Amino acid sequence: MSARIATQGRLIDRSKPITFTFNGKRLHGLQGDTLASALLANDQMLVGRSYKYHRPRGILASGAEEPNALMGLGEGGKFEPNQRATTTELYDGLTARSQNHWPSLEFDVGQVNAALSRFFPAGFYYKTFMWPKSFWEKVYEPVIRQAAGLGAVPKERDADTYEYFYAFTDILVIGGGVAGLQAAKAAAQTGAKVLVLEQTPHWGGRAPVDGGTVDGEPVEAFVERTVAELSAMENVTLRTRAMGAGVYDHGYALGYERLTDHAPLLAGPRHRLWRIRAKRIITATGAIERTLSFAGNDIPGVMLASAMRDYVVNYGVAPGQRVVIATNNDDAYRTAIALKQAGIEVLRVLDARNSGGGDLMRQAHEMGIRIDCGRAIARVKGAKRVTGVSVCAHDGEGGALEEVACDAVAMSGGWSPVVHLWSHCGGKLIWDETQAHFRPDPNRPPTGADGEGFVVPAGAANGELMLDAVLSDADAAGKLAAKAIGFKPKRGKVPQGAGPEEAPMMPVWLMPARATTALRNKAFLDYQNDVKVSDVQLAAQEGYESVEHTKRYTTLGMATDQGKIANINGLAILADSLNAPIPQVGTTTFRPPYTPISMGAIAGEARGEIFQPLRRTPMHDWHDENGADWEPVGHWRRPYAYVRPGESVHDAVMREVKNTREKLGLLDASTLGKLIVKGRDAGKFLDMLYTNMMSTLKPGKCRYGLMCSENGFLIDDGVVARIDEDTFLCHTTTGGADRIHAHMEEWLQCEWWDWQVYVANVTEQFAQIAVVGPNARKLLEKLGGMDVSKDALPFMEWRDGQLAGFDVRVYRISFSGELSYEIAVPACRGRAFWDLLLKEGAEFGVMPYGTEALHIMRAEKGFIMIGDETDGTVIPQDLGLHWAISKKKDDYLGKRAQQRSHMTDPNRWKLVGLETLDGSVLPDGAYAVAEGVNENGQRNVQGRVTSTYFSPTLGRGIAMGLVLHGPDRMGEVLEFPGTDGKAFKAKIVSPVFYDKDGEKQNV
Amino acid sequence: MLILQCPYCGIDAEETELAPGGEAHLKRHGPGSSDEDFHDYLFARENPRGVHFERWRHANGCGKWFHAARDTATLEVFGTYPAQTTEPPKEIRDAITARRPGWRWREFS
Repeated sequence: MSARIATQGRLIDRSKPITFTFNGKRLHGLQGDTLASALLANDQMLVGRSYKYHRPRGILASGAEEPNALMGLGEGGKFEPNQRATTTELYDGLTARSQNHWPSLEFDVGQVNAALSRFFPAGFYYKTFMWPKSFWEKVYEPVIRQAAGLGAVPKERDADTYEYFYAFTDILVIGGGVAGLQAAKAAAQTGAKVLVLEQTPHWGGRAPVDGGTVDGEPVEAFVERTVAELSAMENVTLRTRAMGAGVYDHGYALGYERLTDHAPLLAGPRHRLWRIRAKRIITATGAIERTLSFAGNDIPGVMLASAMRDYVVNYGVAPGQRVVIATNNDDAYRTAIALKQAGIEVLRVLDARNSGGGDLMRQAHEMGIRIDCGRAIARVKGAKRVTGVSVCAHDGEGGALEEVACDAVAMSGGWSPVVHLWSHCGGKLIWDETQAHFRPDPNRPPTGADGEGFVVPAGAANGELMLDAVLSDADAAGKLAAKAIGFKPKRGKVPQGAGPEEAPMMPVWLMPARATTALRNKAFLDYQNDVKVSDVQLAAQEGYESVEHTKRYTTLGMATDQGKIANINGLAILADSLNAPIPQVGTTTFRPPYTPISMGAIAGEARGEIFQPLRRTPMHDWHDENGADWEPVGHWRRPYAYVRPGESVHDAVMREVKNTREKLGLLDASTLGKLIVKGRDAGKFLDMLYTNMMSTLKPGKCRYGLMCSENGFLIDDGVVARIDEDTFLCHTTTGGADRIHAHMEEWLQCEWWDWQVYVANVTEQFAQIAVVGPNARKLLEKLGGMDVSKDALPFMEWRDGQLAGFDVRVYRISFSGELSYEIAVPACRGRAFWDLLLKEGAEFGVMPYGTEALHIMRAEKGFIMIGDETDGTVIPQDLGLHWAISKKKDDYLGKRAQQRSHMTDPNRWKLVGLETLDGSVLPDGAYAVAEGVNENGQRNVQGRVTSTYFSPTLGRGIAMGLVLHGPDRMGEVLEFPGTDGKAFKAKIVSPVFYDKDGEKQNV
Repeated sequence: MLILQCPYCGIDAEETELAPGGEAHLKRHGPGSSDEDFHDYLFARENPRGVHFERWRHANGCGKWFHAARDTATLEVFGTYPAQTTEPPKEIRDAITARRPGWRWREFS
């Protein structure tokens, strides 16, 4: 059993007990505990179930690499799944739940998967769930989704707040162990500005647990002194609980600071995302111990040797009372010694090396610990906790020599440098044969804008595992980084580390070396994704030679721990199966973040109302107060309809259309883009941008224009007004203003830079109100001022003037087919003018209308809408807009493209009107079916609906659509299957349903 | 998250200030051009591992389009220059030659 012991515990405060709950059970811990150490102190060795086989799992590690102990933390709006117990600091009232089991952690029905595990080999999903196809949606997918996945998705809105922090520094040091601290000091002494991020709450990393001396003092004293020195330097910023999450192009890095996770009652944001620009980045990220691949290496109670001594030394917790240790290197002897010193029984050290280790082995031996060289673990016994091990010769197949009863197993497969941050931005690795690990290749660092390497690895992250080498390497890294950016390193004494001599490690990728299939079937590589030695071997056997393919086929290293523990062991097995050297097989790609970071931190403050800025017209508040049913259009909100009490939205739309057609409607058209194009060559420029001829437009007149991309496709439309000889005002769609402005700038700056034109976007400078309907002129005449008669201001012309004392520019344009004036006033006068129109218009039946009424009225008139009739594949010719394409111009954007063979294909679908036979409304986007089926067995199609509405004017459904040879097939009836099995029949008609001759608008 | 210097306003702009515009120095083919030329103008793009010329716009800054010469593999930036040119200026080509002797990109070297 695991339990708190009376001695040790350098990080805990025994005078401060803490209460927390695990799966609803009240447990006790101490200030300074992690959730993992507190669970172990309560003998909670079973902490979760594995992903695929639902095998019982215990705590494996003591840090960020933990694959098993994932918890759902908190409740309600503070609930968060998949949190590692090993990096969760305990606080009073913490609530944790284990994951991936049903109905309970102790009794889990999913465990049947484990019994069936020989039916779940690598690539199982790919092989099994292929056929029959019809089973996929209804049977396979729901079952897989139910069984798979890690934690539960939070149900409530996140109650916490998050923020960004922008930091610029000369040197960023990632990692606050002895290497990071020494590198930071060496760099800071040159005067460089240094930022140090440490992911845990404590400085010094592993060194205080691992021991050794620096300049004759215990390493812990060196850490304290160095932190004190750095704290006193003005050019140094130190942050704990801050992880270096990712390294990106040109010295960009992300830091993830957890501000209140350890103390939720603290005020302020929970996480802070540091967005850092550094001239140089030092990765002092340490190393991670590897597991050994023996059968049952995932049973609760089997733990990394370094983690086991962390729990003893840091937290005063014994992960077991009688422990067997298996190793291939000297470091595990530190665990044996630490355990023995804490009064824990160490039954065996099974050292796979025939000749054993160095100083540490001798020390352990002198303490009376039994050491068996050339021995290995054949299998671990137990289910929900370890009950014993079978010992065998390492160089064999696993025939048991001895059974040893024990309650915990420590293992050490050697150490792998944490090269993630070095690799994120392209740093390459080399294989270190002696230590059997990948480490940064100093000749191939990630490079910055100047072409020089901008990341410098230091200490264990650079493959230096001995204390003296760690310190000198880190000191050199700090000086190198500072020197590279122009600072002068001081010559000073490098701290001298000292520790025991260590014998070389021996690579052990499978224990015992020739383990039988049965044993390999229970030897886990990736704990979180349940990938075993046998799975990787199967993948190799099935022809997966690339490590990237094997990863995806077996899911090795694809879990949330990103294979921190699994990767090297897995690719060593793959290399062995392929009979290839490990460096030739290579590693998978390391991608940020180093460990998962919260979605909240990524979003920062961009949530709720400030997720994205809202653009408001000057009349926005009036709409809001008068029943606006809002519709998002770009960054704007536009009223879809103004809903009155007792009305449905549909009722409101019908009322608005009817009233506008019969009396008088007002539309807030302020969101339409307004671009001023001015200059000597403005006309020539617009001739290139629009398909029509704009240069011939006379001042005072308006012309509807179409804009295409160089690909020939329609991108925008709108009315252009010529203001004077050199000046045009181009209206764009609401969503298109910024895009079209940018489009104009691009062509002006990059292609026709010698043309004398400039463009200004004045969309927000003007409020624009459409006064629409038979009574429109009456209202404007009542306001008094400029002459708005048919003769003074004919259709498709504009005039500047005054109405009721307001400075106005009035355009006689109509998107509804009614008598219509669009009136622009300075934005600051918009609301007053709107209010006045409503007041004075009351006697004429004035009523504002929203975007849906606008849509219906334009559809009744057969006017196209960008985004409805167009989707980026439609050219003006498809829409019967030949009249708006100049034949006189040699060139315009899109002209050449519209001559390509596919664009002139007579089989392109063309715009028509559609009228259902029974007057019902066609479903939006419905397809017209044709005879026969395609290769997928789907009905062939011959057209589709682009816009569809109920027209209150005509009392029936109307639609527009693109149909094969449509304009030549007037009167033909097409069939449109709906989604609910009902088929609609519609007749091909002219797209102009209402007032075909335009008599109503031209009065 | 590249940093490119805007040659107009002189600011070392973060990538978040910039909008990418694809390959630089495209020659526009309009009406009268052959199908092949027009096809290549629309679709055929260089995709080198190494020296490349790109268009960028200082979209959240001064709004100007400019060109950048950089190495797509090492992220080294050889220089930026205004977009109002049909070919890379000599000093840019020299800067590339200094770092990548013998480089070629389309018709430039």
